[in-house]
Amino acid sequence: MKVTLHVWRQPRPDQPGRFVTYTANDITDHMSFLEMLDVVNEELVAKDEEPIHFDHDCREGICGSCGMVVNGRPHGPQVEGATCQLHMRSFKDGDEIWIEPWRSKAFPVLKDLVVDRSAFDRIMAVGGFISVRTGSAPDANAIPIRKESSDWAFDAAACIGCGACVAACPNASAMLFTSAKIAHLGLLPQGQPERLERADRMVAEMDRAGFGSCTNHGACENACPKGISVDWIAMLNRDLLKAKLVGTNS
Amino acid sequence: MFRVARLYDSTIGKKILMACTGAVLLLFVVGHLIGNLKIFLGQAEFDHYAEFLREMGAPLLPHGAGLWIARLVLLGAVGVHIISAIQLTLTSWAARGTAYQKQERLAFSYASYTMRWGGVVVFFYVLYHLAHLTWGTAHHNFTASPYNNVVSGFQTWWVALIYIVALMPLGLHVYHGIWSACQTLGVNNPRYNTWRRPFAATVAALIVIGYLSIPVAVLAGWVTLNEG
Repeated sequence: MKVTLHVWRQPRPDQPGRFVTYTANDITDHMSFLEMLDVVNEELVAKDEEPIHFDHDCREGICGSCGMVVNGRPHGPQVEGATCQLHMRSFKDGDEIWIEPWRSKAFPVLKDLVVDRSAFDRIMAVGGFISVRTGSAPDANAIPIRKESSDWAFDAAACIGCGACVAACPNASAMLFTSAKIAHLGLLPQGQPERLERADRMVAEMDRAGFGSCTNHGACENACPKGISVDWIAMLNRDLLKAKLVGTNS
Repeated sequence: MFRVARLYDSTIGKKILMACTGAVLLLFVVGHLIGNLKIFLGQAEFDHYAEFLREMGAPLLPHGAGLWIARLVLLGAVGVHIISAIQLTLTSWAARGTAYQKQERLAFSYASYTMRWGGVVVFFYVLYHLAHLTWGTAHHNFTASPYNNVVSGFQTWWVALIYIVALMPLGLHVYHGIWSACQTLGVNNPRYNTWRRPFAATVAALIVIGYLSIPVAVLAGWVTLNEG
C-alpha cells in the first residue's frame, strides 16, 4: 500500500516548524507505524536528507518512549495502545496521515516529533516515590494489603508516562499522569506517610511546569494507551484538598 | 482564611472554589425553580411567594434584609466563579502553545466543550433576565405584580424564545458542572462512580424541563393574565 504523510518537521527547539509531505511507498499492512516511518527514513537517508526524528525504545508498548499525534489522536486510531503498537492495517491504501508531536508548552519540541518530557520527571522528583531504607528484600507478605487496593494500585501503576494524556487534553493538563502516580502510591500502605505532602508538592510542580488546568473532559482517559481512569483525578483532588486545608502533617 | 488563600494558589484550589461556588449557584437555580413553579397555582400564590422573599428571615431580620443577604452571597459566588474561570482558562490556553493541525474530539461528552462560552452566554442571559423581571427596564409593561410581569413578558413570543434558548447552555453547564464538581471535590467511590454522570444528567434535565414549562405554558395559553 501507499500512503501520503504530512509530518511536522522542526530542526531545532528555537526554530519554527512546518508540515512536510512525503509519500510512503511499498508499505505492507503488517508493518507497525514506526516501521513505516523507518522505511520512509531509509529513503530520506539514501537521498542524503535529514530523517524524521521520533522517540522510540522497546516497541512493545510498555516503555512510554514513543508517542505522536496521528490524525489528531495521540498514538493514532487504536484503543489502548502506544504508537509502536499501531499497525498499518489501521489505514487504507491512499490514506493521508497527519503526524504531529505532542503539543504542550511544558513539552517543548526538541526536533521534529521528539518532545522534551522532563517536566514529568520533575513532577516525579518532588514526590513520586516513597522514603524507605533500602537493603535486602523484605518478606513478601510482611505488610497485609487488601486485594482491591493492590488491584487498584496496579491499575494506576500501569501508567507508562508517555504524555498522551497531556497531548489529548484540550487544556494540555497533566492531571491524569500526576493522579496515576499519586493513586499508585497512595493506595498502598507504604505510600501513606508522605501521602498529603506528595499531593501538595507534585501539584505545585505540575502547575509550575506550565500544564493547563483540568476541566474533566475525559479526553485523557480515552487517549491513554493503558486505559488509566479519570477516577484517580478525583482521588488526587481529595488528597490536595486535605493537604491544603489540614496541612501535610496529619 | 489563610488556608483558603493558599488553596487559591494552585489550579486545583481554584477549581475547588469553582466547584463550591457552582454548588451555591446550583442550589439557587433549584430553589428559584421551585418558587417559580408556583405560577401554576395562580396569581395570589405566586405574588405571595414573591412577597415571602422579602420577608425571609423575619422577624429576626428587617424587611428585605434576608433577600439582600441572599443576593450578596450569590453575587460573591458569581464573582469568584467567573474570576477563577477566567484565570484557569488563560492558563489552559497558554499551556497548548502551538495549535494542532488536526485534533479529534476525545471528551466523554459534548457538554464539556460548551462550558466556557456557554457560561458566558448564561451570564449575559442572567443580565437580561434581571433587566426584564427584577429591574423591569427591559419589560414593556412592568407592574407591581410579579405574576403579571412574568405572564405578560412571556406572551411576547421572542421574549419567551430568549428564555427557552438560554436554557440549553444552562442545562449543559449544569450537567458538566455537577460531574466536574464531583471530580474536583473528590466525590468518588468505586461503588457509585457510574452513577455520577446519570445523576448529573437527571438534575440538568429536571431543571431544563421545569424552567421550560413556564414560557411554554404561557405561550400555549395555559397560564394567563387575570382579567380585571
